[in-house]
Amino acid sequence: MKALRKFFDNIKPSFEEGGKLHAFRSLYEGFESFAFVPNTTSRRGSVNVHDAFDSKRLMSFVVIALVPALLFGCYNIGYQNALAAGKLSEATFCGMFIYGLLAMLPKLIVSYVVGLGIEFTVAQWKKEEIAEGYLVSGIIIPLIIPVTTPLWMLALACAFSVIFAKEIFGGTGMNIFNVALIARAFLFFSYPSYMTGDCSVWVSADPILGFGYTALPDALTAATPLGAAAAEGFAGFDCPTIEAAVIGLIPGSMGETSVIAIGLGALLLLYTGVASWKTMLSVFVGGAATGFLMQSVGATEIEWWHHLVVGGFCFGAVFMATDPVTSARTEGGKWIYGLLIGFVAVLVRVLNPGYPEGMMLAILLMNLFAPLFDYFFVQSNINKRLNRAK
Amino acid sequence: MSKLFSKESPLVSPLNLNNPVAVQVLGICSALAVTSQLEPAIVMGLSVTVITAFSNVIISLLRKTIPNRIRIIVQLVVVATLVTIVSQVLKAFAYDVSVQLSVYVGLIITNCILMGRLEAFAMQNGPWESCLDGIGNGLGYALILVIVGFVRELFGFGTLLGFEVLPSSWYVTNGMMVMPAMSLIIVGCVIWAHRAINGEEKK
Repeated sequence: MKALRKFFDNIKPSFEEGGKLHAFRSLYEGFESFAFVPNTTSRRGSVNVHDAFDSKRLMSFVVIALVPALLFGCYNIGYQNALAAGKLSEATFCGMFIYGLLAMLPKLIVSYVVGLGIEFTVAQWKKEEIAEGYLVSGIIIPLIIPVTTPLWMLALACAFSVIFAKEIFGGTGMNIFNVALIARAFLFFSYPSYMTGDCSVWVSADPILGFGYTALPDALTAATPLGAAAAEGFAGFDCPTIEAAVIGLIPGSMGETSVIAIGLGALLLLYTGVASWKTMLSVFVGGAATGFLMQSVGATEIEWWHHLVVGGFCFGAVFMATDPVTSARTEGGKWIYGLLIGFVAVLVRVLNPGYPEGMMLAILLMNLFAPLFDYFFVQSNINKRLNRAK
Repeated sequence: MSKLFSKESPLVSPLNLNNPVAVQVLGICSALAVTSQLEPAIVMGLSVTVITAFSNVIISLLRKTIPNRIRIIVQLVVVATLVTIVSQVLKAFAYDVSVQLSVYVGLIITNCILMGRLEAFAMQNGPWESCLDGIGNGLGYALILVIVGFVRELFGFGTLLGFEVLPSSWYVTNGMMVMPAMSLIIVGCVIWAHRAINGEEKK
């Protein structure tokens, strides 16, 4: 730790005004403040209290919470590849994991290079401090897209979402919509054939650097649980799929499949207080209630609790709905915001045959309404207090 | 003649500094609806140019005889007549495009640019200036439509005016470009570029 501090102190002069590397000042500041809590304090005379747990520390907790889902995603990519090749019995755990890692890593790198590149450029250009928001978005974006997404599409989507969902609104903390979800929405509407469909989208079919296998052509006609459900009316939806969905060994976006891995992340977020338990709980309650309603009126045959474990429901509820920037901030607002996300997500799944998965659309829609919920709750508090004062 | 093409003349200023779409933000609805390909965008732009020019001249000639209280209805009658003529001409000579444009030719009647120019310019100025103003505003509108239509057709279909520009062997068409939502973003980008170049107006 001391060596790192010394290194930062040593190279600092060349980044200051007039130094050789002044053009990369924002890059230096970004990495320094990510590694160490900045040494600045409030000016004398003001009463601000600064917590060392600032937004960069908060973001790094979210990144740590995402690690289980990321690691399990790597393993699942290798597992699905071996399964599709019919060589599950001879594949080793390490081989499958390394194969998945090799499939995941380029996407992580592209996402970070493009997104952070734009952020650093804008920060340098506007002479602002580097914003930290993309640290989380950059790891979430690869986790919510299929493994076969071409890298250039990913780069395009990252650039689009950072520019049009974030920088235009004023950067981190000002965005109305979740940046990672806008990237996915862009891909979803621009290149639908690459984002939904049967397993040729969800399973990586070719060996990478000697790891993995070439998939059998027949094996790529199966679909994700939700895709199958949308196509066949939940006929192929039985208990083994649910067990597999909880463990996560099913085809799907790279990091969304395992309920257990996401649950580990959720525990960390809740324990550290980074994510609001009210938002998280109310998303599940809203989804379950709507699923129960849909089942009891006969709109669908799926059990109400199945909705909560398949597709991106868990991932969305834990990591996207609780985004502190785009979710509701008043305590009452969080309940309504979460309930409506669960409601809309299940509603889209059941009633719209065009979209097997509704979580992305639900969260984006409620992002839009979150400030309205906050406004109503703040106004009602103001009115209550005014009445009390009368 | 030099005055005709100066920056403040009614003919040139709507093309850039006083553009009806980019600066006054009028006529956005049809800019979103007809610009998924270049050809309908060009035809739409030209139709609006013709209609604004003629309606401006006619209203300008009548401006002293129109009773103030019923001026809107008189303007509407003039515009509706011209729109019907243009629509019939399109059906007769460019049937395919008129099918593509469908209701949007008829909806030129409700285009904010037309009524805006009639109210703001033709009711106060002579026929020659009004004619120039109509042509200028129509072309300013057409300019934005062509830019948006160009970008959307190029990236949405990989073609321009129906000819393949980006070969489908390696170019993957972008479905979002075909959606109206994207044209709103492109219009936004055009306005962004326009303000960045000309500086925001200080009012």
